[in-house]
Amino acid sequence: MFPAKFEYAAPSTVEEALALLKQGNGDAKIIAGGHSLLPLMKLRLAQPKLLVDIGRITGLSYIRTEGGNVLVGALATYRDILQSPDVHRGAPVLAEAAHEVGDPQVRARGTLAGSLAHGDPAADMPAVVLALEASIHAVGPDGERDLPIDNFFVDMLTTLLGEHELITQVSIPVQSPGTGAAYLKFDQPASHYALAGACARITLADGTISQARIGVTGVGTKAYRPTAVEEALVGKAPTEDAIKQACQSAAEGIDVQGDIHASPDYRAHLARVLTRRAVVKAAERARG
Amino acid sequence: MTQVQTLAEPRSHSVAVTVNGTRYTRDVEPRQLLVYLLREQLGLTGTHVGCDTSQCGACTVLLNGTAVKSCTILAVQADGAEIKTIEGFADASGRLHPIQQAFWEEHGLQCGFCTPGMVIAIDQLLRDNPSPTDEEVRRGIEGNLCRCTGYQNIVKSALSASKKLSGQEPFEKPELQQAAAV
Repeated sequence: MFPAKFEYAAPSTVEEALALLKQGNGDAKIIAGGHSLLPLMKLRLAQPKLLVDIGRITGLSYIRTEGGNVLVGALATYRDILQSPDVHRGAPVLAEAAHEVGDPQVRARGTLAGSLAHGDPAADMPAVVLALEASIHAVGPDGERDLPIDNFFVDMLTTLLGEHELITQVSIPVQSPGTGAAYLKFDQPASHYALAGACARITLADGTISQARIGVTGVGTKAYRPTAVEEALVGKAPTEDAIKQACQSAAEGIDVQGDIHASPDYRAHLARVLTRRAVVKAAERARG
Repeated sequence: MTQVQTLAEPRSHSVAVTVNGTRYTRDVEPRQLLVYLLREQLGLTGTHVGCDTSQCGACTVLLNGTAVKSCTILAVQADGAEIKTIEGFADASGRLHPIQQAFWEEHGLQCGFCTPGMVIAIDQLLRDNPSPTDEEVRRGIEGNLCRCTGYQNIVKSALSASKKLSGQEPFEKPELQQAAAV
Protein backbone atom coordinates (compact mmCIF):
# COMPACT_ATOMS: atom_id res chain seq x y z
CA MET A 1 0.00 0.00 0.00
CA PHE A 2 1.03 3.61 -0.12
CA PRO A 3 0.74 6.00 2.82
CA ALA A 4 -2.31 8.06 3.77
CA LYS A 5 -2.20 11.68 2.63
CA PHE A 6 0.16 14.04 4.39
CA GLU A 7 1.87 17.39 3.94
CA TYR A 8 5.62 17.48 3.46
CA ALA A 9 8.25 20.07 4.32
CA ALA A 10 12.02 19.97 3.90
CA PRO A 11 13.52 22.63 6.18
CA SER A 12 17.13 23.73 5.77
CA THR A 13 17.88 24.34 9.45
CA VAL A 14 17.20 22.68 12.79
CA GLU A 15 15.33 25.81 13.92
CA GLU A 16 12.96 25.57 10.96
CA ALA A 17 12.46 21.86 11.65
CA LEU A 18 11.55 22.57 15.28
CA ALA A 19 9.11 25.30 14.24
CA LEU A 20 7.42 22.91 11.80
CA LEU A 21 7.20 20.19 14.47
CA LYS A 22 5.54 22.61 16.83
CA GLN A 23 3.13 23.76 14.12
CA GLY A 24 2.20 20.15 13.56
CA ASN A 25 0.89 20.08 17.11
CA GLY A 26 1.55 16.41 17.80
CA ASP A 27 0.61 15.29 14.27
CA ALA A 28 4.01 15.90 12.68
CA LYS A 29 6.85 13.38 12.41
CA ILE A 30 10.51 13.81 11.56
CA ILE A 31 11.80 11.79 8.61
CA ALA A 32 15.47 11.21 7.91
CA GLY A 33 16.29 7.87 6.23
CA GLY A 34 12.67 6.85 6.61
CA HIS A 35 13.40 3.12 6.76
CA SER A 36 11.50 2.63 10.01
CA LEU A 37 8.82 5.27 9.48
CA LEU A 38 7.90 4.75 5.81
CA PRO A 39 7.27 0.99 6.17
CA LEU A 40 4.85 1.81 9.02
CA MET A 41 3.18 4.52 6.95
CA LYS A 42 2.83 2.18 3.98
CA LEU A 43 0.91 -0.21 6.22
CA ARG A 44 -0.98 2.80 7.56
CA LEU A 45 0.05 1.92 11.12
CA ALA A 46 1.38 5.48 11.29
CA GLN A 47 -0.52 8.35 9.68
CA PRO A 48 1.21 11.63 10.49
CA LYS A 49 -0.39 14.69 8.92
CA LEU A 50 2.95 16.38 8.31
CA LEU A 51 6.37 14.93 7.54
CA VAL A 52 9.32 17.14 8.39
CA ASP A 53 12.23 15.93 6.28
CA ILE A 54 15.50 16.81 8.00
CA GLY A 55 17.51 15.22 5.18
CA ARG A 56 18.33 18.59 3.58
CA ILE A 57 19.84 20.11 6.73
CA THR A 58 23.59 20.42 6.23
CA GLY A 59 26.13 19.76 8.96
CA LEU A 60 24.39 16.80 10.58
CA SER A 61 26.07 13.84 8.91
CA TYR A 62 29.43 14.11 10.63
CA ILE A 63 31.24 11.40 12.57
CA ARG A 64 34.21 12.61 14.59
CA THR A 65 36.15 11.99 17.79
CA GLU A 66 36.17 14.78 20.38
CA GLY A 67 36.72 14.93 24.12
CA GLY A 68 36.98 11.17 24.55
CA ASN A 69 33.78 10.45 22.62
CA VAL A 70 32.84 9.36 19.14
CA LEU A 71 30.22 11.88 18.03
CA VAL A 72 27.70 10.67 15.45
CA GLY A 73 25.54 13.33 13.80
CA ALA A 74 21.82 12.75 13.35
CA LEU A 75 22.06 12.18 9.60
CA ALA A 76 25.02 9.77 9.63
CA THR A 77 23.83 6.55 7.99
CA TYR A 78 24.87 3.01 8.88
CA ARG A 79 26.91 3.04 5.68
CA ASP A 80 28.72 6.18 6.93
CA ILE A 81 29.32 4.45 10.27
CA LEU A 82 30.74 1.38 8.54
CA GLN A 83 33.16 3.53 6.56
CA SER A 84 34.23 5.75 9.45
CA PRO A 85 37.81 5.49 10.72
CA ASP A 86 36.72 7.22 13.95
CA VAL A 87 34.18 4.47 14.65
CA HIS A 88 36.62 1.68 13.82
CA ARG A 89 39.18 3.23 16.17
CA GLY A 90 37.00 4.42 19.03
CA ALA A 91 33.85 2.25 19.03
CA PRO A 92 34.45 -0.76 16.78
CA VAL A 93 31.40 -2.68 18.00
CA LEU A 94 29.20 0.11 16.61
CA ALA A 95 30.52 -0.76 13.14
CA GLU A 96 30.10 -4.48 13.83
CA ALA A 97 26.47 -3.87 14.79
CA ALA A 98 25.85 -1.39 11.94
CA HIS A 99 26.83 -4.17 9.54
CA GLU A 100 24.04 -6.30 11.01
CA VAL A 101 21.27 -3.76 10.45
CA GLY A 102 18.84 -4.69 7.68
CA ASP A 103 20.70 -5.08 4.42
CA PRO A 104 23.04 -2.96 2.25
CA GLN A 105 20.23 -0.87 0.74
CA VAL A 106 18.70 -0.15 4.15
CA ARG A 107 22.12 0.74 5.53
CA ALA A 108 22.56 3.34 2.80
CA ARG A 109 19.56 5.31 4.11
CA GLY A 110 18.91 4.44 7.76
CA THR A 111 20.48 6.50 10.53
CA LEU A 112 21.61 5.65 14.07
CA ALA A 113 19.71 8.63 15.50
CA GLY A 114 16.56 7.59 13.65
CA SER A 115 16.71 4.06 15.06
CA LEU A 116 17.01 5.40 18.60
CA ALA A 117 14.22 7.98 18.19
CA HIS A 118 11.95 5.31 16.74
CA GLY A 119 12.56 2.73 19.48
CA ASP A 120 11.63 -0.46 17.64
CA PRO A 121 11.77 -3.33 20.15
CA ALA A 122 13.74 -5.46 17.67
CA ALA A 123 16.11 -2.82 16.32
CA ASP A 124 19.83 -3.43 16.78
CA MET A 125 21.09 0.00 17.77
CA PRO A 126 19.19 0.37 21.08
CA ALA A 127 20.95 -2.71 22.46
CA VAL A 128 24.32 -1.37 21.32
CA VAL A 129 23.95 2.12 22.75
CA LEU A 130 22.78 0.68 26.08
CA ALA A 131 25.90 -1.48 26.32
CA LEU A 132 28.17 1.36 25.21
CA GLU A 133 26.75 3.91 27.69
CA ALA A 134 25.93 6.39 24.92
CA SER A 135 24.27 9.73 25.41
CA ILE A 136 21.73 11.42 23.17
CA HIS A 137 21.74 15.14 22.40
CA ALA A 138 18.30 16.53 21.65
CA VAL A 139 17.00 19.98 20.78
CA GLY A 140 13.46 21.19 21.30
CA PRO A 141 11.33 24.26 21.91
CA ASP A 142 12.67 24.46 25.48
CA GLY A 143 16.30 24.27 24.44
CA GLU A 144 18.94 21.56 24.25
CA ARG A 145 19.53 18.63 26.57
CA ASP A 146 21.64 15.51 26.95
CA LEU A 147 19.70 12.34 27.66
CA PRO A 148 21.63 9.49 29.27
CA ILE A 149 20.79 6.19 27.65
CA ASP A 150 19.74 4.12 30.64
CA ASN A 151 16.08 5.17 30.82
CA PHE A 152 15.77 6.36 27.24
CA PHE A 153 13.79 3.37 25.95
CA VAL A 154 10.50 3.44 27.81
CA ASP A 155 8.31 0.96 25.95
CA MET A 156 7.56 -0.33 22.45
CA LEU A 157 8.20 2.59 20.06
CA THR A 158 8.22 4.95 23.05
CA THR A 159 11.26 6.89 24.22
CA LEU A 160 12.04 9.83 26.48
CA LEU A 161 12.32 12.08 23.43
CA GLY A 162 9.67 14.82 23.57
CA GLU A 163 7.01 15.17 20.87
CA HIS A 164 8.57 18.37 19.56
CA GLU A 165 12.19 17.33 20.04
CA LEU A 166 14.78 16.25 17.54
CA ILE A 167 17.97 14.23 18.12
CA THR A 168 20.97 16.07 16.67
CA GLN A 169 23.81 13.85 17.90
CA VAL A 170 24.61 10.52 19.54
CA SER A 171 27.76 10.42 21.64
CA ILE A 172 29.64 7.19 22.44
CA PRO A 173 32.57 7.04 24.86
CA VAL A 174 35.79 5.95 23.20
CA GLN A 175 36.54 2.36 24.20
CA SER A 176 39.21 2.25 26.87
CA PRO A 177 42.11 -0.23 27.06
CA GLY A 178 41.24 -3.47 28.82
CA THR A 179 37.70 -3.27 27.42
CA GLY A 180 36.16 -5.35 24.66
CA ALA A 181 32.70 -5.36 23.13
CA ALA A 182 30.72 -7.58 20.78
CA TYR A 183 27.26 -7.65 19.16
CA LEU A 184 25.58 -10.89 18.16
CA LYS A 185 22.15 -11.36 16.72
CA PHE A 186 19.79 -14.10 15.58
CA ASP A 187 17.73 -12.51 12.85
CA GLN A 188 14.53 -13.15 10.95
CA PRO A 189 15.94 -13.96 7.48
CA ALA A 190 13.73 -11.69 5.36
CA SER A 191 13.47 -8.55 7.44
CA HIS A 192 16.74 -9.09 9.32
CA TYR A 193 15.12 -7.80 12.49
CA ALA A 194 16.49 -9.41 15.66
CA LEU A 195 14.55 -12.28 17.14
CA ALA A 196 17.17 -11.62 19.80
CA GLY A 197 20.31 -9.51 19.78
CA ALA A 198 22.85 -8.96 22.54
CA CYS A 199 25.63 -6.39 22.87
CA ALA A 200 28.16 -6.83 25.66
CA ARG A 201 30.90 -4.47 26.81
CA ILE A 202 33.33 -6.12 29.25
CA THR A 203 36.24 -4.55 31.11
CA LEU A 204 38.92 -6.76 32.65
CA ALA A 205 41.21 -5.82 35.54
CA ASP A 206 43.73 -8.28 36.99
CA GLY A 207 42.09 -11.13 35.10
CA THR A 208 38.56 -10.58 36.44
CA ILE A 209 35.57 -8.72 35.06
CA SER A 210 35.53 -5.27 36.64
CA GLN A 211 32.69 -3.85 34.52
CA ALA A 212 29.93 -5.41 32.47
CA ARG A 213 27.27 -3.61 30.45
CA ILE A 214 24.87 -5.55 28.27
CA GLY A 215 22.03 -4.50 25.98
CA VAL A 216 19.44 -7.01 24.74
CA THR A 217 16.97 -6.37 21.93
CA GLY A 218 14.26 -8.29 20.12
CA VAL A 219 13.14 -10.05 23.27
CA GLY A 220 10.98 -7.62 25.25
CA THR A 221 8.84 -4.61 24.43
CA LYS A 222 12.00 -2.49 24.41
CA ALA A 223 15.77 -2.96 24.52
CA TYR A 224 16.95 -3.50 28.08
CA ARG A 225 19.98 -4.11 30.26
CA PRO A 226 19.85 -7.51 32.02
CA THR A 227 21.25 -6.07 35.24
CA ALA A 228 21.18 -9.39 37.10
CA VAL A 229 23.57 -10.81 34.48
CA GLU A 230 25.83 -7.76 34.72
CA GLU A 231 25.99 -8.03 38.54
CA ALA A 232 26.67 -11.77 38.39
CA LEU A 233 29.61 -11.20 36.04
CA VAL A 234 31.42 -8.51 38.02
CA GLY A 235 34.30 -9.91 40.07
CA LYS A 236 34.35 -13.23 38.22
CA ALA A 237 37.10 -14.59 36.05
CA PRO A 238 35.73 -14.73 32.50
CA THR A 239 35.57 -18.53 32.23
CA GLU A 240 33.00 -20.28 30.02
CA ASP A 241 31.26 -21.72 33.09
CA ALA A 242 31.10 -18.48 35.06
CA ILE A 243 29.75 -16.64 32.03
CA LYS A 244 27.18 -19.33 31.25
CA GLN A 245 26.00 -19.29 34.88
CA ALA A 246 25.70 -15.52 34.93
CA CYS A 247 23.78 -15.35 31.64
CA GLN A 248 21.01 -17.68 32.83
CA SER A 249 19.01 -14.66 33.97
CA ALA A 250 19.26 -12.80 30.64
CA ALA A 251 15.47 -12.79 30.15
CA GLU A 252 14.34 -12.75 33.77
CA GLY A 253 11.75 -10.19 34.77
CA ILE A 254 11.16 -9.29 31.12
CA ASP A 255 7.81 -9.38 29.32
CA VAL A 256 9.18 -11.72 26.65
CA GLN A 257 7.34 -11.35 23.35
CA GLY A 258 5.94 -14.11 21.13
CA ASP A 259 4.85 -13.85 17.51
CA ILE A 260 4.79 -15.88 14.27
CA HIS A 261 8.59 -15.85 14.16
CA ALA A 262 9.37 -17.08 17.67
CA SER A 263 7.58 -18.13 20.84
CA PRO A 264 8.37 -16.38 24.14
CA ASP A 265 10.24 -19.51 25.31
CA TYR A 266 12.40 -19.52 22.20
CA ARG A 267 13.16 -15.81 22.46
CA ALA A 268 14.11 -16.21 26.13
CA HIS A 269 16.39 -19.10 25.14
CA LEU A 270 17.97 -17.00 22.36
CA ALA A 271 18.49 -14.17 24.85
CA ARG A 272 20.46 -16.48 27.17
CA VAL A 273 22.53 -18.00 24.36
CA LEU A 274 23.35 -14.73 22.60
CA THR A 275 24.12 -12.88 25.83
CA ARG A 276 26.54 -15.66 26.77
CA ARG A 277 28.22 -15.63 23.35
CA ALA A 278 28.46 -11.82 23.29
CA VAL A 279 30.03 -11.76 26.76
CA VAL A 280 32.53 -14.48 25.82
CA LYS A 281 33.54 -12.63 22.66
CA ALA A 282 33.73 -9.26 24.44
CA ALA A 283 35.94 -10.75 27.18
CA GLU A 284 38.25 -12.29 24.52
CA ARG A 285 38.55 -8.89 22.89
CA ALA A 286 39.20 -7.24 26.26
CA ARG A 287 42.14 -9.59 26.74
CA GLY A 288 43.09 -8.56 23.20
CA MET B 1 -28.69 14.47 0.11
CA THR B 2 -25.56 13.35 2.00
CA GLN B 3 -22.70 15.75 1.84
CA VAL B 4 -19.41 13.98 1.12
CA GLN B 5 -16.60 15.58 3.04
CA THR B 6 -13.27 15.47 1.27
CA LEU B 7 -9.92 16.04 2.97
CA ALA B 8 -8.09 19.09 1.78
CA GLU B 9 -5.56 18.00 -0.83
CA PRO B 10 -1.94 18.28 0.30
CA ARG B 11 0.11 20.67 -1.79
CA SER B 12 1.71 18.94 -4.75
CA HIS B 13 5.47 19.29 -5.11
CA SER B 14 7.56 19.63 -8.24
CA VAL B 15 10.35 17.06 -8.33
CA ALA B 16 13.33 17.14 -10.71
CA VAL B 17 15.31 13.93 -11.19
CA THR B 18 17.96 12.86 -13.67
CA VAL B 19 17.29 9.24 -14.58
CA ASN B 20 19.77 7.30 -16.72
CA GLY B 21 21.19 10.64 -17.87
CA THR B 22 17.92 12.34 -18.78
CA ARG B 23 16.39 15.11 -16.68
CA TYR B 24 12.68 14.96 -15.86
CA THR B 25 10.40 17.27 -13.85
CA ARG B 26 7.11 16.00 -12.50
CA ASP B 27 4.48 17.11 -10.02
CA VAL B 28 3.93 14.60 -7.23
CA GLU B 29 1.86 14.17 -4.09
CA PRO B 30 4.08 14.04 -1.02
CA ARG B 31 3.05 10.44 -0.41
CA GLN B 32 4.16 9.22 -3.84
CA LEU B 33 6.94 6.66 -3.56
CA LEU B 34 10.00 6.97 -5.81
CA VAL B 35 9.31 3.55 -7.35
CA TYR B 36 5.95 4.76 -8.64
CA LEU B 37 7.44 7.98 -10.03
CA LEU B 38 9.86 5.82 -12.02
CA ARG B 39 7.32 3.24 -13.14
CA GLU B 40 4.16 5.23 -13.71
CA GLN B 41 5.25 8.76 -14.51
CA LEU B 42 8.47 7.97 -16.33
CA GLY B 43 7.40 4.64 -17.83
CA LEU B 44 10.54 2.87 -16.57
CA THR B 45 8.93 -0.39 -15.56
CA GLY B 46 12.14 -2.39 -15.18
CA THR B 47 12.12 -1.42 -11.49
CA HIS B 48 9.61 -3.71 -9.78
CA VAL B 49 7.31 -3.60 -6.77
CA GLY B 50 7.54 -7.00 -5.10
CA CYS B 51 6.40 -6.61 -1.51
CA ASP B 52 4.77 -4.20 0.92
CA THR B 53 7.41 -4.45 3.58
CA SER B 54 10.72 -3.12 2.18
CA GLN B 55 12.18 -6.61 2.27
CA CYS B 56 12.32 -7.98 -1.28
CA GLY B 57 14.62 -5.46 -3.01
CA ALA B 58 12.93 -5.79 -6.43
CA CYS B 59 12.68 -1.99 -6.38
CA THR B 60 16.42 -1.41 -5.98
CA VAL B 61 17.88 1.53 -7.96
CA LEU B 62 21.03 3.63 -7.70
CA LEU B 63 20.38 7.00 -6.06
CA ASN B 64 23.37 9.32 -6.41
CA GLY B 65 25.43 6.20 -7.08
CA THR B 66 24.25 4.14 -4.11
CA ALA B 67 21.86 1.18 -4.19
CA VAL B 68 18.63 1.89 -2.31
CA LYS B 69 15.09 0.53 -2.13
CA SER B 70 13.00 2.95 -4.15
CA CYS B 71 9.78 1.74 -2.52
CA THR B 72 11.00 3.16 0.78
CA ILE B 73 11.89 6.60 -0.51
CA LEU B 74 9.40 9.36 -1.27
CA ALA B 75 9.70 10.97 -4.69
CA VAL B 76 10.01 14.33 -2.90
CA GLN B 77 13.03 13.02 -0.99
CA ALA B 78 14.71 12.29 -4.35
CA ASP B 79 14.28 15.82 -5.69
CA GLY B 80 17.50 16.85 -7.43
CA ALA B 81 18.98 13.36 -7.40
CA GLU B 82 20.69 11.30 -10.09
CA ILE B 83 19.10 7.93 -10.48
CA LYS B 84 20.15 4.87 -12.44
CA THR B 85 17.60 2.14 -13.07
CA ILE B 86 18.10 -1.22 -14.78
CA GLU B 87 17.27 0.45 -18.08
CA GLY B 88 20.52 2.37 -17.70
CA PHE B 89 22.80 -0.64 -17.48
CA ALA B 90 23.09 -1.84 -21.07
CA ASP B 91 24.95 0.70 -23.18
CA ALA B 92 23.44 2.87 -25.93
CA SER B 93 24.09 0.19 -28.55
CA GLY B 94 22.30 -2.42 -26.44
CA ARG B 95 25.46 -4.22 -25.33
CA LEU B 96 24.79 -5.76 -21.95
CA HIS B 97 26.57 -4.59 -18.81
CA PRO B 98 29.08 -7.24 -17.64
CA ILE B 99 26.79 -8.09 -14.72
CA GLN B 100 23.87 -8.65 -17.09
CA GLN B 101 26.12 -10.71 -19.40
CA ALA B 102 27.10 -12.85 -16.42
CA PHE B 103 23.44 -13.41 -15.49
CA TRP B 104 22.81 -14.55 -19.08
CA GLU B 105 25.78 -16.93 -19.14
CA GLU B 106 25.33 -18.36 -15.65
CA HIS B 107 21.53 -18.69 -15.86
CA GLY B 108 21.12 -16.31 -12.94
CA LEU B 109 17.42 -15.79 -13.51
CA GLN B 110 14.23 -17.79 -14.11
CA CYS B 111 11.18 -15.54 -14.01
CA GLY B 112 13.36 -12.45 -13.91
CA PHE B 113 11.26 -10.50 -11.42
CA CYS B 114 14.02 -10.06 -8.84
CA THR B 115 16.71 -9.65 -11.48
CA PRO B 116 16.84 -5.87 -11.96
CA GLY B 117 17.17 -5.43 -8.21
CA MET B 118 19.77 -8.19 -8.01
CA VAL B 119 21.86 -6.69 -10.82
CA ILE B 120 21.89 -3.30 -9.11
CA ALA B 121 22.63 -4.74 -5.65
CA ILE B 122 25.52 -6.66 -7.21
CA ASP B 123 26.73 -3.53 -8.97
CA GLN B 124 26.92 -1.86 -5.54
CA LEU B 125 28.62 -4.89 -4.00
CA LEU B 126 31.30 -5.09 -6.69
CA ARG B 127 32.06 -1.39 -6.44
CA ASP B 128 32.49 -1.74 -2.68
CA ASN B 129 34.31 -5.08 -2.88
CA PRO B 130 35.65 -5.96 -6.35
CA SER B 131 36.67 -9.55 -5.45
CA PRO B 132 34.07 -10.89 -3.06
CA THR B 133 34.03 -14.42 -1.72
CA ASP B 134 30.94 -16.61 -2.10
CA GLU B 135 29.93 -15.66 1.46
CA GLU B 136 30.45 -11.96 0.81
CA VAL B 137 28.23 -12.14 -2.26
CA ARG B 138 25.50 -13.82 -0.23
CA ARG B 139 25.74 -11.09 2.40
CA GLY B 140 25.79 -8.45 -0.32
CA ILE B 141 22.44 -9.59 -1.71
CA GLU B 142 20.73 -9.95 1.66
CA GLY B 143 18.40 -7.15 0.69
CA ASN B 144 17.12 -9.02 -2.37
CA LEU B 145 14.77 -12.00 -2.29
CA CYS B 146 14.39 -14.55 -5.10
CA ARG B 147 11.59 -17.09 -5.17
CA CYS B 148 12.78 -19.07 -8.19
CA THR B 149 16.46 -19.82 -8.21
CA GLY B 150 17.56 -20.65 -4.68
CA TYR B 151 20.30 -18.03 -5.24
CA GLN B 152 23.00 -20.48 -6.42
CA ASN B 153 23.22 -19.16 -9.98
CA ILE B 154 22.78 -15.57 -8.81
CA VAL B 155 25.91 -16.01 -6.70
CA LYS B 156 27.70 -17.64 -9.66
CA SER B 157 26.65 -14.69 -11.81
CA ALA B 158 28.04 -12.20 -9.30
CA LEU B 159 31.35 -14.06 -9.07
CA SER B 160 31.57 -14.28 -12.86
CA ALA B 161 30.75 -10.57 -13.15
CA SER B 162 33.55 -9.69 -10.74
CA LYS B 163 36.01 -11.55 -13.00
CA LYS B 164 34.67 -9.81 -16.10
CA LEU B 165 34.91 -6.39 -14.44
CA SER B 166 38.44 -6.97 -13.23
CA GLY B 167 39.54 -8.19 -16.66
CA GLN B 168 40.39 -11.68 -15.38
CA GLU B 169 37.88 -13.09 -17.81
CA PRO B 170 36.60 -11.83 -21.15
CA PHE B 171 33.20 -10.13 -21.47
CA GLU B 172 31.78 -13.13 -23.32
CA LYS B 173 32.46 -16.64 -22.09
CA PRO B 174 34.84 -18.36 -24.57
CA GLU B 175 32.72 -21.55 -24.62
CA LEU B 176 29.80 -19.49 -25.92
CA GLN B 177 31.90 -17.91 -28.65
CA GLN B 178 32.95 -21.38 -29.81
CA ALA B 179 29.38 -22.68 -29.69
CA ALA B 180 28.23 -19.75 -31.83
CA ALA B 181 30.97 -20.48 -34.33
CA VAL B 182 29.82 -24.11 -34.90
